[in-house]
Amino acid sequence: MSASPSLYPPLSAPLHLAVALNGAGWHPAAWREPSARPAELLTAAYWADLVAEAERGLLDFVTIEDALGLQSSHPTEPDDRTDQERGRLDAVLIAARVAPLTRHIGLVPTVITTHTEPFHISKAIATLDYVSTGRAGVRVQVSARQNEAAHFGRRTFPPFRIEDLDTPAVRELTAELFEEAGDYVEAVRRLWDSWEDDAEIRDVATGRFVDRDKLHYIDFEGRHFSVKGPSITPRPPQGQPLVSALAHQRLPFRLVARSTDLGYITPHDNDQARAITDEIRTEHAASGRDGEAPHIFGDLVVFLDDDPAAAADRRDRLDGLAGHPYTSDAQIFTGTPADLADLLLERREAGLTGFRLRPAVIGHDLQAITRGLVPELQRRGAFRTAYEADTLRGLLGLSRPANRYATA
Amino acid sequence: MSTDNGAGHRSGRPRKQIHLAAHFPGVNNTTVWSDPAAGSHVEFSSFAHFARTAERAKFDFLFLAEGLRLREQGGKIYDLDVVGRPDTFTVLSALAAVTEHLGLTGTINSTFNEPYEVARQFASLDHLSGGRAAWNVVTSWDAFTGENFRRGGFLPQEERYSRAKEFLATANELFDSWRGDEIVADQEAGTFLRDARAGAFAHQGRHFGIEGRFNVPRSPQGRPVIFQAGDSDEGREFAAQGADAIFSRYSTLKEGQAFYTDVKGRLARHGRTPDQLLILPAATFVLGDTDAEAQELAREVRRQQVSGATAIKHLEFVWNRDLSGYDPEGPLPDIDPDPGEHTIARGRAQVRMYRDPLATAREWRELAAAKNWSIRDLVVETGNRQSFVGSPATVAATIDDFVQADAADGFILVPHITPGGLDVFADTVVPLLQERGVFRTEYEGTTLRDHLGLAHPDHARAGRVAS
Repeated sequence: MSASPSLYPPLSAPLHLAVALNGAGWHPAAWREPSARPAELLTAAYWADLVAEAERGLLDFVTIEDALGLQSSHPTEPDDRTDQERGRLDAVLIAARVAPLTRHIGLVPTVITTHTEPFHISKAIATLDYVSTGRAGVRVQVSARQNEAAHFGRRTFPPFRIEDLDTPAVRELTAELFEEAGDYVEAVRRLWDSWEDDAEIRDVATGRFVDRDKLHYIDFEGRHFSVKGPSITPRPPQGQPLVSALAHQRLPFRLVARSTDLGYITPHDNDQARAITDEIRTEHAASGRDGEAPHIFGDLVVFLDDDPAAAADRRDRLDGLAGHPYTSDAQIFTGTPADLADLLLERREAGLTGFRLRPAVIGHDLQAITRGLVPELQRRGAFRTAYEADTLRGLLGLSRPANRYATA
Repeated sequence: MSTDNGAGHRSGRPRKQIHLAAHFPGVNNTTVWSDPAAGSHVEFSSFAHFARTAERAKFDFLFLAEGLRLREQGGKIYDLDVVGRPDTFTVLSALAAVTEHLGLTGTINSTFNEPYEVARQFASLDHLSGGRAAWNVVTSWDAFTGENFRRGGFLPQEERYSRAKEFLATANELFDSWRGDEIVADQEAGTFLRDARAGAFAHQGRHFGIEGRFNVPRSPQGRPVIFQAGDSDEGREFAAQGADAIFSRYSTLKEGQAFYTDVKGRLARHGRTPDQLLILPAATFVLGDTDAEAQELAREVRRQQVSGATAIKHLEFVWNRDLSGYDPEGPLPDIDPDPGEHTIARGRAQVRMYRDPLATAREWRELAAAKNWSIRDLVVETGNRQSFVGSPATVAATIDDFVQADAADGFILVPHITPGGLDVFADTVVPLLQERGVFRTEYEGTTLRDHLGLAHPDHARAGRVAS
């Protein structure tokens, strides 16, 4: 069933590595660790330090989590807890704030497609690409939360609990949100192409600043919105900044296959990883979409220490502080950087092209990734020893796409 | 120093301190792109150069305009001016990384956005810049721009200020939903938040019905500084009610004084004092070693700004007809403007400036005939004239006079060249203003509110609670 193997990277290709930044870390008690800086989570200096550390480790990119509501211990509803980190800054603005302070690493903020405007997001990510000179991406996410919808007051959603996922109402809602996300990405991509690369001509003889024949109305008409275009922002340096999405099920797998350059998946073993990558690649081949197959990154939460017992102790201590064992959609790895390197290399054989690691405690596990895992992978010849490209697409081995509106 | 006193300086009153800001030259009809010195209007290096110059000159803030659809004329994208600009929030946040003190003011439309999202973007920008964010609240209603947005052109024109007022009020409710002391972050005790309902809000109004919890804790300035730019009676009232500064377009002394008196006079009705609203006209400038040299340079700049093609297009704003068959070096059209609904130019503010096209056309024809002006001559001579033209000494004295005479509290300067057009002003005029004792030589505070002499909203609240 799988498509032409030449579409996909060979097993000997170097691993790609990203890190997912989320406040003090992914464990809800992370902020209580001595290495955490809980009073600085809303400062530029905190984020600049994290991204500088990730760049020191030569990582491909960082993602920055976001949401249009406060964090919650409940998967679909708000809570009133006071013992966990609450409050966050807009992820696109964090990415822009650190862009001039870094030179190589990709910056991939999260954007919620359900409540924002594709026109605004298209120009924001294009501009992130300008301010980072070609290192921008975006991770698109839908939101079915009732409380977040109430922050906008434009739509209402049925009650949504994880255990209701298979009810017709929630299935219908999920389908609608992912269809909308697909439309959203299409509108954003058309807006990025709505200026041809050489549209600005500055032709003094005719007095024309632009060649209007190289600016294009995108005329996107979808079920949920329409966008006329063109963008107000010229085509960004990468042409198309990286589009990515996290996926756990058939509909998001389809979004990854049809609309993105990179998907994050959460397999807990190699068989699952193989099944999901096959599904996404089959869907990609069937979609008739032009261009490269999306990268598929495995997501893992990591507690890393040179002594495996120290990592386990840390996890237990944090679970104790949180009042319950930490669970995640992603596999939780607790152990040494060397053991993690073993796992990543083994899992790569299931068809993954890279990994996005979620540090359980950013103050500790981010450095364990950059100063423990990375050298370990380099020793095995599985990770870069210097940045070898100037753009995020370049780091990921993706070409700069042709403009769909350009006539040769 | 008494000889330096300007025409309007009132003896006995301390000299007012001047506020200065810099407007990045981009999509507007003063920006010259044909000059070899003109750089990119999109690359970040241009913005960084411009911001660093403004900060070196101790300016209060940098200002970015906005436009959410490319302008059109005769059904085609307008191609004679600079076209294209980056996203406001994203540029300002990146500029926060290359500056330390400069205020960062962005124009953000209240029609094609939602309060929760805009409030969290400004609150985020204020955190990420250490308290330097400002919002120029503008309104729009037109279906033309609306075609780029989910909601379309849904707003009747007469409701735009109603929505803008409620938008701003709602955003303020969100900014105020955190008091600023909720984050305890006590690692030992395990208490992150003092208040389980921090950020709770509920707003029910005509335009917005929203409730929940705001997810950005209180930022250094509490609220961003609020600018407003409309000039109608409603716009002035909106500013008097809720803005910290108004961005006007009157840069002549008499007009400026009339506007100043009118707007400051409206404040008492809203329980505010005159120093709570700054009046900052937009102003262009041309500097030369001597006044005569500056005048000569200004004429050259005007001709760079108004090509033959631009002159014809400018006439079309008034005539509301396709005039592409006319020779820009020839006489004005002898046909009258089309009095119907304006269809020729879309997405341009200038269209609204000519409220009586027939009278304007008659006046222009008479003027051109009397002076023997071609179409291009007329537009060059009557169009946007530079506000300040002269030697640095003349320009510094004029700016000082305007401010001391209460025609303005300062100016938002728009150079005509990107990105280096501000450099000469920073290097020559600013030192003279500093010598006159009317402009800072060092930043005295850290936030934009500090630079503008505006109270911190928390202090205002504390005052209310105490009284």
